[in-house]
Amino acid sequence: MPAADQAALSLSAAFFRQFLRHGKTLAASPSDLLNPLLFFFMVVTLFPLGLGPDPERLSQMAPGILWVVALLASLMVSGKLFASDFEDGSLEQLCLAPHPLAILALAEVFAHWLGTGFLLALVSPLFAVMVGLPTQALPVLVVSLLLGSLCLTLIGAVGSALTVSIRRGGLLLSLIIIPLHVPVLIFGSSAVVEATRDGNVASWLALLAALALASLALAPLAIGAALRISLDNG
Amino acid sequence: MWSFIHKLGSPPWFFRFGGNLVRWLLPVTLILLLVGAFWGLLVAPPDFRQGNSYRIIYIHVPAAVVALAGYYVMALAGAISLIWRIKMADIAMKAAAPVGAVLTGIALVTGAIWGKPTWGTWWVWDARITSMLILFFLYLGVVALFEAYENKAAAAKACAVLSLVGTVNIPIIYKSVDWWYSLHQPASIKFTGESAIDASMMYPLLLMIVAFYGLFAVTVVMNMRAELIWHHRQSSWVRQWAGFE
Repeated sequence: MPAADQAALSLSAAFFRQFLRHGKTLAASPSDLLNPLLFFFMVVTLFPLGLGPDPERLSQMAPGILWVVALLASLMVSGKLFASDFEDGSLEQLCLAPHPLAILALAEVFAHWLGTGFLLALVSPLFAVMVGLPTQALPVLVVSLLLGSLCLTLIGAVGSALTVSIRRGGLLLSLIIIPLHVPVLIFGSSAVVEATRDGNVASWLALLAALALASLALAPLAIGAALRISLDNG
Repeated sequence: MWSFIHKLGSPPWFFRFGGNLVRWLLPVTLILLLVGAFWGLLVAPPDFRQGNSYRIIYIHVPAAVVALAGYYVMALAGAISLIWRIKMADIAMKAAAPVGAVLTGIALVTGAIWGKPTWGTWWVWDARITSMLILFFLYLGVVALFEAYENKAAAAKACAVLSLVGTVNIPIIYKSVDWWYSLHQPASIKFTGESAIDASMMYPLLLMIVAFYGLFAVTVVMNMRAELIWHHRQSSWVRQWAGFE
Protein backbone atom coordinates (compact mmCIF):
# COMPACT_ATOMS: atom_id res chain seq x y z
CA MET A 1 0.00 0.00 0.00
CA PRO A 2 2.78 2.52 0.73
CA ALA A 3 4.00 2.04 -2.84
CA ALA A 4 0.60 3.07 -4.18
CA ASP A 5 0.62 6.10 -1.91
CA GLN A 6 4.01 7.15 -3.11
CA ALA A 7 2.94 6.91 -6.70
CA ALA A 8 0.00 9.18 -5.97
CA LEU A 9 2.08 12.35 -5.96
CA SER A 10 4.89 12.73 -8.45
CA LEU A 11 8.00 14.71 -7.59
CA SER A 12 7.06 17.66 -9.77
CA ALA A 13 3.54 17.76 -8.30
CA ALA A 14 4.99 17.68 -4.79
CA PHE A 15 7.42 20.45 -5.73
CA PHE A 16 4.60 22.55 -7.13
CA ARG A 17 2.36 22.01 -4.12
CA GLN A 18 5.13 22.89 -1.72
CA PHE A 19 5.83 26.00 -3.78
CA LEU A 20 2.16 27.03 -3.68
CA ARG A 21 1.87 26.35 0.03
CA HIS A 22 4.77 28.63 0.86
CA GLY A 23 3.57 31.19 -1.65
CA LYS A 24 0.12 31.24 -0.04
CA THR A 25 1.55 31.80 3.43
CA LEU A 26 3.59 34.68 2.07
CA ALA A 27 0.60 36.17 0.27
CA ALA A 28 -1.55 35.81 3.38
CA SER A 29 0.68 38.19 5.30
CA PRO A 30 1.44 41.15 3.03
CA SER A 31 3.66 42.65 5.70
CA ASP A 32 6.17 39.86 5.03
CA LEU A 33 6.29 41.01 1.43
CA LEU A 34 6.42 44.71 2.22
CA ASN A 35 8.84 44.69 5.14
CA PRO A 36 12.01 43.96 3.14
CA LEU A 37 11.08 46.70 0.66
CA LEU A 38 10.41 49.13 3.48
CA PHE A 39 13.69 48.15 5.11
CA PHE A 40 15.51 48.74 1.83
CA PHE A 41 13.82 52.12 1.44
CA MET A 42 14.66 53.26 4.96
CA VAL A 43 18.27 52.10 5.01
CA VAL A 44 18.91 53.76 1.64
CA THR A 45 17.60 56.95 3.26
CA LEU A 46 20.20 56.65 6.00
CA PHE A 47 23.14 56.91 3.59
CA PRO A 48 22.57 60.49 2.39
CA LEU A 49 21.95 61.45 6.02
CA GLY A 50 25.22 59.85 7.07
CA LEU A 51 27.36 60.83 4.10
CA GLY A 52 25.94 64.25 3.25
CA PRO A 53 23.67 65.19 0.37
CA ASP A 54 26.39 65.89 -2.23
CA PRO A 55 24.83 64.32 -5.37
CA GLU A 56 28.13 63.58 -7.05
CA ARG A 57 29.56 61.65 -4.14
CA LEU A 58 26.29 59.79 -3.62
CA SER A 59 26.07 58.73 -7.23
CA GLN A 60 29.63 57.47 -7.04
CA MET A 61 28.76 55.37 -4.01
CA ALA A 62 25.32 54.34 -5.24
CA PRO A 63 26.26 50.87 -6.60
CA GLY A 64 27.86 49.89 -3.32
CA ILE A 65 25.08 51.37 -1.19
CA LEU A 66 22.32 49.64 -3.15
CA TRP A 67 24.05 46.28 -3.14
CA VAL A 68 24.97 46.33 0.54
CA VAL A 69 21.42 47.26 1.50
CA ALA A 70 19.98 44.54 -0.75
CA LEU A 71 22.29 42.05 0.95
CA LEU A 72 21.16 43.20 4.39
CA ALA A 73 17.50 43.01 3.39
CA SER A 74 17.98 39.45 2.15
CA LEU A 75 19.83 38.56 5.36
CA MET A 76 17.03 40.00 7.44
CA VAL A 77 14.30 37.87 5.87
CA SER A 78 16.24 34.64 5.37
CA GLY A 79 16.08 33.89 9.08
CA LYS A 80 12.34 33.37 8.80
CA LEU A 81 12.50 30.99 5.87
CA PHE A 82 12.03 27.68 7.70
CA ALA A 83 10.98 29.05 11.08
CA SER A 84 7.23 28.44 10.84
CA ASP A 85 7.71 25.00 9.26
CA PHE A 86 10.01 24.07 12.11
CA GLU A 87 7.65 25.33 14.79
CA ASP A 88 4.41 23.79 13.53
CA GLY A 89 6.02 20.44 12.75
CA SER A 90 5.51 20.46 9.01
CA LEU A 91 9.26 20.12 8.58
CA GLU A 92 9.07 16.68 10.17
CA GLN A 93 6.30 15.74 7.75
CA LEU A 94 8.47 16.90 4.87
CA CYS A 95 11.28 14.69 6.11
CA LEU A 96 8.95 11.71 6.07
CA ALA A 97 7.75 12.44 2.55
CA PRO A 98 8.89 9.98 -0.11
CA HIS A 99 10.54 12.75 -2.10
CA PRO A 100 14.02 14.17 -1.47
CA LEU A 101 13.93 16.85 1.19
CA ALA A 102 16.41 18.94 -0.83
CA ILE A 103 13.91 19.32 -3.69
CA LEU A 104 10.95 20.12 -1.45
CA ALA A 105 13.03 22.69 0.43
CA LEU A 106 14.08 24.19 -2.89
CA ALA A 107 10.41 24.78 -3.71
CA GLU A 108 10.05 26.82 -0.54
CA VAL A 109 13.24 28.73 -1.16
CA PHE A 110 12.09 29.54 -4.66
CA ALA A 111 8.73 30.84 -3.44
CA HIS A 112 10.51 32.84 -0.77
CA TRP A 113 12.84 34.37 -3.38
CA LEU A 114 9.92 35.38 -5.61
CA GLY A 115 8.34 37.16 -2.66
CA THR A 116 11.50 38.94 -1.51
CA GLY A 117 14.59 39.15 -3.73
CA PHE A 118 12.74 39.10 -7.03
CA LEU A 119 10.34 41.83 -5.89
CA LEU A 120 13.16 43.90 -4.49
CA ALA A 121 15.12 43.68 -7.74
CA LEU A 122 12.08 44.87 -9.69
CA VAL A 123 11.50 47.96 -7.55
CA SER A 124 15.20 48.75 -7.00
CA PRO A 125 15.32 51.42 -9.76
CA LEU A 126 13.03 53.60 -7.63
CA PHE A 127 15.55 53.63 -4.79
CA ALA A 128 18.50 53.82 -7.19
CA VAL A 129 17.21 57.14 -8.50
CA MET A 130 17.12 58.46 -4.94
CA VAL A 131 20.86 57.97 -4.50
CA GLY A 132 21.60 59.25 -7.98
CA LEU A 133 22.66 56.10 -9.77
CA PRO A 134 23.19 57.10 -13.45
CA THR A 135 20.17 55.95 -15.47
CA GLN A 136 22.26 53.96 -17.93
CA ALA A 137 23.16 51.60 -15.06
CA LEU A 138 19.55 50.89 -14.03
CA PRO A 139 18.99 47.81 -16.24
CA VAL A 140 22.27 46.30 -15.07
CA LEU A 141 21.26 46.96 -11.46
CA VAL A 142 17.99 45.08 -11.95
CA VAL A 143 19.62 42.13 -13.73
CA SER A 144 22.45 41.92 -11.20
CA LEU A 145 19.99 42.02 -8.32
CA LEU A 146 17.81 39.34 -9.94
CA LEU A 147 20.75 36.96 -10.31
CA GLY A 148 22.44 38.02 -7.10
CA SER A 149 19.39 37.82 -4.87
CA LEU A 150 18.86 34.25 -6.03
CA CYS A 151 22.38 33.44 -4.79
CA LEU A 152 21.83 35.38 -1.58
CA THR A 153 18.54 33.60 -0.90
CA LEU A 154 19.96 30.13 -1.58
CA ILE A 155 23.05 30.69 0.57
CA GLY A 156 20.91 32.36 3.21
CA ALA A 157 18.64 29.32 3.18
CA VAL A 158 21.61 27.10 4.10
CA GLY A 159 22.28 29.34 7.08
CA SER A 160 18.60 29.47 7.95
CA ALA A 161 18.37 25.67 7.85
CA LEU A 162 21.44 25.37 10.09
CA THR A 163 20.17 27.84 12.70
CA VAL A 164 16.42 27.21 12.66
CA SER A 165 16.53 25.08 15.83
CA ILE A 166 18.49 27.69 17.79
CA ARG A 167 16.68 30.23 19.94
CA ARG A 168 17.59 33.75 18.90
CA GLY A 169 19.68 32.48 16.00
CA GLY A 170 19.42 35.75 14.07
CA LEU A 171 22.83 37.14 14.92
CA LEU A 172 24.45 33.75 14.47
CA LEU A 173 22.85 33.51 11.04
CA SER A 174 24.51 36.78 10.00
CA LEU A 175 27.85 35.59 11.34
CA ILE A 176 27.87 32.35 9.37
CA ILE A 177 26.30 33.76 6.20
CA ILE A 178 28.00 37.14 5.64
CA PRO A 179 31.41 35.65 4.73
CA LEU A 180 29.70 33.42 2.15
CA HIS A 181 27.90 36.43 0.66
CA VAL A 182 31.15 38.24 -0.13
CA PRO A 183 31.61 37.01 -3.72
CA VAL A 184 27.98 37.82 -4.59
CA LEU A 185 28.42 41.37 -3.29
CA ILE A 186 31.67 41.82 -5.20
CA PHE A 187 30.36 40.49 -8.51
CA GLY A 188 27.06 42.36 -8.23
CA SER A 189 28.37 45.76 -7.21
CA SER A 190 31.26 45.52 -9.68
CA ALA A 191 28.80 44.93 -12.50
CA VAL A 192 26.89 48.08 -11.55
CA VAL A 193 30.11 50.10 -11.11
CA GLU A 194 31.23 49.03 -14.57
CA ALA A 195 27.82 49.97 -15.97
CA THR A 196 28.22 53.54 -14.68
CA ARG A 197 31.56 53.78 -16.51
CA ASP A 198 30.35 51.95 -19.64
CA GLY A 199 32.92 49.29 -18.82
CA ASN A 200 32.89 45.53 -19.10
CA VAL A 201 29.56 44.58 -17.57
CA ALA A 202 29.05 41.22 -19.25
CA SER A 203 31.87 39.38 -17.52
CA TRP A 204 30.64 40.35 -14.03
CA LEU A 205 27.07 39.38 -14.89
CA ALA A 206 28.35 36.09 -16.30
CA LEU A 207 30.16 35.41 -13.03
CA LEU A 208 26.99 36.21 -11.10
CA ALA A 209 24.99 33.89 -13.31
CA ALA A 210 27.57 31.14 -12.81
CA LEU A 211 27.35 31.64 -9.06
CA ALA A 212 23.55 31.53 -9.21
CA LEU A 213 23.57 28.26 -11.16
CA ALA A 214 26.20 26.70 -8.91
CA SER A 215 24.26 27.59 -5.77
CA LEU A 216 21.04 26.38 -7.39
CA ALA A 217 22.72 23.01 -7.92
CA LEU A 218 24.62 22.69 -4.63
CA ALA A 219 22.75 24.68 -2.00
CA PRO A 220 19.65 22.40 -1.89
CA LEU A 221 21.85 19.45 -0.86
CA ALA A 222 23.29 21.44 2.03
CA ILE A 223 19.81 22.75 2.94
CA GLY A 224 18.35 19.24 3.06
CA ALA A 225 21.20 17.92 5.21
CA ALA A 226 21.04 20.96 7.50
CA LEU A 227 17.27 20.65 8.00
CA ARG A 228 17.62 17.03 9.11
CA ILE A 229 20.38 18.01 11.54
CA SER A 230 18.22 20.81 12.93
CA LEU A 231 15.39 18.36 13.58
CA ASP A 232 17.84 16.20 15.56
CA ASN A 233 18.72 19.20 17.68
CA GLY A 234 15.19 20.41 18.25
CA MET B 1 46.95 0.16 6.75
CA TRP B 2 43.21 -0.48 7.11
CA SER B 3 43.54 -1.78 10.64
CA PHE B 4 45.42 1.43 11.51
CA ILE B 5 42.51 3.51 10.19
CA HIS B 6 40.03 1.37 12.09
CA LYS B 7 42.07 1.78 15.27
CA LEU B 8 41.97 5.58 14.84
CA GLY B 9 38.24 5.39 15.47
CA SER B 10 38.66 3.78 18.87
CA PRO B 11 38.76 6.37 21.67
CA PRO B 12 41.08 4.51 24.11
CA TRP B 13 43.46 3.58 21.31
CA PHE B 14 43.52 7.10 19.91
CA PHE B 15 44.01 8.54 23.36
CA ARG B 16 47.18 6.46 23.85
CA PHE B 17 48.34 6.97 20.25
CA GLY B 18 47.81 10.73 20.56
CA GLY B 19 49.72 10.78 23.83
CA ASN B 20 52.71 9.06 22.22
CA LEU B 21 52.48 11.36 19.20
CA VAL B 22 52.51 14.48 21.36
CA ARG B 23 55.39 13.10 23.41
CA TRP B 24 57.81 13.21 20.46
CA LEU B 25 56.14 15.79 18.20
CA LEU B 26 56.00 18.49 20.88
CA PRO B 27 59.78 18.59 21.56
CA VAL B 28 60.53 18.41 17.82
CA THR B 29 58.14 21.31 17.17
CA LEU B 30 59.60 23.40 19.97
CA ILE B 31 63.15 22.83 18.72
CA LEU B 32 62.10 23.76 15.17
CA LEU B 33 60.36 26.88 16.46
CA LEU B 34 63.40 27.96 18.49
CA VAL B 35 65.87 27.27 15.67
CA GLY B 36 63.60 28.94 13.11
CA ALA B 37 63.01 31.99 15.30
CA PHE B 38 66.71 32.34 16.12
CA TRP B 39 67.68 31.94 12.47
CA GLY B 40 65.00 34.24 11.15
CA LEU B 41 65.16 36.96 13.79
CA LEU B 42 68.90 37.11 14.40
CA VAL B 43 70.91 35.34 11.71
CA ALA B 44 69.08 36.15 8.46
CA PRO B 45 70.23 39.39 6.80
CA PRO B 46 68.05 42.53 7.08
CA ASP B 47 65.97 43.50 4.06
CA PHE B 48 67.59 46.28 2.05
CA ARG B 49 64.35 48.30 1.88
CA GLN B 50 62.44 47.36 5.03
CA GLY B 51 65.41 46.89 7.35
CA ASN B 52 64.58 44.65 10.28
CA SER B 53 60.81 45.17 10.25
CA TYR B 54 60.36 42.50 7.58
CA ARG B 55 61.36 39.85 10.13
CA ILE B 56 57.76 39.61 11.26
CA ILE B 57 57.14 37.41 8.20
CA TYR B 58 58.68 34.58 10.20
CA ILE B 59 55.52 34.65 12.30
CA HIS B 60 53.06 36.18 9.86
CA VAL B 61 53.48 33.93 6.84
CA PRO B 62 53.57 30.58 8.72
CA ALA B 63 50.46 31.55 10.68
CA ALA B 64 48.61 32.53 7.50
CA VAL B 65 49.65 29.39 5.61
CA VAL B 66 48.67 27.02 8.40
CA ALA B 67 45.42 28.93 9.10
CA LEU B 68 44.24 28.30 5.53
CA ALA B 69 45.41 24.67 5.56
CA GLY B 70 43.69 24.26 8.92
CA TYR B 71 40.32 25.13 7.40
CA TYR B 72 40.74 22.35 4.86
CA VAL B 73 41.76 19.93 7.61
CA MET B 74 38.63 20.90 9.52
CA ALA B 75 36.40 20.50 6.46
CA LEU B 76 37.99 17.15 5.61
CA ALA B 77 37.30 15.93 9.15
CA GLY B 78 33.73 17.22 8.74
CA ALA B 79 33.31 15.31 5.48
CA ILE B 80 34.64 12.11 7.06
CA SER B 81 32.23 12.52 9.95
CA LEU B 82 29.25 13.10 7.64
CA ILE B 83 30.06 10.26 5.23
CA TRP B 84 31.39 7.49 7.49
CA ARG B 85 29.89 8.74 10.77
CA ILE B 86 33.17 8.40 12.61
CA LYS B 87 32.96 10.04 16.02
CA MET B 88 36.68 10.78 16.09
CA ALA B 89 36.33 13.01 13.02
CA ASP B 90 33.74 15.11 14.88
CA ILE B 91 36.19 15.55 17.71
CA ALA B 92 39.04 16.44 15.33
CA MET B 93 36.86 19.06 13.64
CA LYS B 94 35.81 20.60 16.91
CA ALA B 95 39.43 20.63 18.08
CA ALA B 96 40.76 22.25 14.89
CA ALA B 97 38.29 25.17 14.68
CA PRO B 98 39.54 27.33 17.59
CA VAL B 99 43.20 26.63 16.74
CA GLY B 100 42.63 27.78 13.17
CA ALA B 101 40.75 30.86 14.35
CA VAL B 102 43.65 31.82 16.64
CA LEU B 103 46.20 31.33 13.85
CA THR B 104 44.10 33.53 11.55
CA GLY B 105 43.94 36.13 14.31
CA ILE B 106 47.75 35.99 14.69
CA ALA B 107 48.18 36.44 10.94
CA LEU B 108 45.86 39.47 10.98
CA VAL B 109 47.47 41.14 13.98
CA THR B 110 51.05 40.57 12.78
CA GLY B 111 49.97 41.81 9.36
CA ALA B 112 48.68 45.02 10.92
CA ILE B 113 51.88 45.46 12.95
CA TRP B 114 53.93 44.89 9.82
CA GLY B 115 51.76 47.29 7.84
CA LYS B 116 52.48 50.22 10.15
CA PRO B 117 56.19 50.66 9.28
CA THR B 118 55.80 49.36 5.71
CA TRP B 119 52.67 51.12 4.47
CA GLY B 120 52.30 53.76 7.17
CA THR B 121 48.89 52.53 8.36
CA TRP B 122 47.67 49.69 10.51
CA TRP B 123 45.07 48.54 8.06
CA VAL B 124 44.91 48.50 4.29
CA TRP B 125 42.15 46.88 2.25
CA ASP B 126 44.65 44.76 0.45
CA ALA B 127 43.34 41.65 -1.29
CA ARG B 128 45.25 39.22 0.90
CA ILE B 129 44.40 40.93 4.18
CA THR B 130 40.73 41.06 3.21
CA SER B 131 40.66 37.36 2.32
CA MET B 132 42.32 36.55 5.63
CA LEU B 133 39.69 38.60 7.48
CA ILE B 134 36.91 36.67 5.75
CA LEU B 135 38.62 33.39 6.65
CA PHE B 136 38.61 34.62 10.26
CA PHE B 137 34.84 35.17 10.06
CA LEU B 138 34.38 31.71 8.56
CA TYR B 139 36.23 30.16 11.50
CA LEU B 140 34.26 32.22 14.03
CA GLY B 141 31.03 31.07 12.38
CA VAL B 142 31.94 27.42 12.88
CA VAL B 143 32.97 27.96 16.50
CA ALA B 144 29.82 29.98 17.27
CA LEU B 145 27.52 27.47 15.55
CA PHE B 146 29.00 24.63 17.60
CA GLU B 147 28.47 26.55 20.82
CA ALA B 148 24.87 27.44 19.95
CA TYR B 149 23.64 23.86 19.48
CA GLU B 150 22.44 22.06 22.56
CA ASN B 151 22.74 18.57 21.13
CA LYS B 152 26.50 18.24 20.58
CA ALA B 153 26.20 15.36 18.13
CA ALA B 154 23.95 17.52 15.96
CA ALA B 155 26.31 20.46 16.50
CA ALA B 156 29.22 18.53 15.01
CA LYS B 157 27.15 17.58 11.96
CA ALA B 158 25.95 21.16 11.48
CA CYS B 159 29.52 22.43 11.68
CA ALA B 160 30.57 19.78 9.18
CA VAL B 161 27.95 21.03 6.70
CA LEU B 162 28.97 24.64 7.29
CA SER B 163 32.67 23.95 6.86
CA LEU B 164 32.00 22.02 3.64
CA VAL B 165 29.94 24.92 2.29
CA GLY B 166 32.82 27.19 3.32
CA THR B 167 35.35 24.99 1.53
CA VAL B 168 33.44 25.24 -1.72
CA ASN B 169 33.32 29.00 -1.22
CA ILE B 170 36.92 29.73 -0.19
CA PRO B 171 38.42 29.60 -3.71
CA ILE B 172 35.53 31.74 -5.00
CA ILE B 173 36.00 34.24 -2.17
CA TYR B 174 39.77 34.47 -2.74
CA LYS B 175 39.37 34.93 -6.47
CA SER B 176 36.56 37.47 -6.13
CA VAL B 177 38.50 39.52 -3.59
CA ASP B 178 41.47 39.49 -5.97
CA TRP B 179 39.34 40.83 -8.81
CA TRP B 180 37.67 43.34 -6.52
CA TYR B 181 41.07 44.65 -5.48
CA SER B 182 42.37 44.99 -9.02
CA LEU B 183 39.15 46.74 -10.08
CA HIS B 184 39.31 49.38 -7.37
CA GLN B 185 42.99 49.85 -6.68
CA PRO B 186 45.22 49.42 -9.69
CA ALA B 187 48.34 48.32 -7.85
CA SER B 188 49.06 51.51 -5.92
CA ILE B 189 50.58 49.50 -3.10
CA LYS B 190 53.12 46.93 -4.09
CA PHE B 191 54.43 44.19 -1.90
CA THR B 192 58.22 44.06 -2.02
CA GLY B 193 59.21 41.38 -4.49
CA GLU B 194 58.35 38.29 -2.57
CA SER B 195 58.99 35.93 -5.43
CA ALA B 196 62.60 37.09 -5.46
CA ILE B 197 63.14 36.28 -1.78
CA ASP B 198 66.74 35.31 -1.14
CA ALA B 199 67.63 31.82 0.03
CA SER B 200 69.15 33.19 3.24
CA MET B 201 65.68 34.51 4.16
CA MET B 202 63.77 31.63 2.57
CA TYR B 203 65.21 28.70 4.55
CA PRO B 204 64.29 30.02 8.01
CA LEU B 205 60.83 30.84 6.64
CA LEU B 206 60.34 27.28 5.40
CA LEU B 207 61.57 25.99 8.73
CA MET B 208 59.04 28.17 10.56
CA ILE B 209 56.22 26.98 8.29
CA VAL B 210 57.08 23.36 9.12
CA ALA B 211 57.26 24.28 12.81
CA PHE B 212 53.81 25.92 12.66
CA TYR B 213 52.35 22.81 11.02
CA GLY B 214 53.82 20.83 13.89
CA LEU B 215 52.36 23.28 16.38
CA PHE B 216 48.94 22.98 14.75
CA ALA B 217 49.07 19.18 14.86
CA VAL B 218 50.23 19.09 18.48
CA THR B 219 47.57 21.56 19.64
CA VAL B 220 44.78 19.77 17.78
CA VAL B 221 45.79 16.35 19.13
CA MET B 222 46.06 17.73 22.67
CA ASN B 223 42.62 19.33 22.28
CA MET B 224 41.23 16.04 21.01
CA ARG B 225 42.68 14.10 23.97
CA ALA B 226 41.15 16.58 26.41
CA GLU B 227 37.80 16.27 24.64
CA LEU B 228 38.06 12.46 24.68
CA ILE B 229 38.62 12.08 28.40
CA TRP B 230 35.82 14.54 29.11
CA HIS B 231 33.47 12.75 26.74
CA HIS B 232 34.31 9.30 28.16
CA ARG B 233 34.76 10.37 31.75
CA GLN B 234 32.36 7.66 32.95
CA SER B 235 33.95 4.79 31.04
CA SER B 236 36.34 2.35 32.65
CA TRP B 237 39.38 3.10 30.49
CA VAL B 238 39.41 6.74 31.55
CA ARG B 239 38.88 5.80 35.18
CA GLN B 240 41.73 3.32 34.93
CA TRP B 241 43.96 5.91 33.30
CA ALA B 242 43.15 8.40 36.03
CA GLY B 243 43.83 5.79 38.71
CA PHE B 244 40.28 5.58 40.10
CA GLU B 245 40.00 1.84 39.47
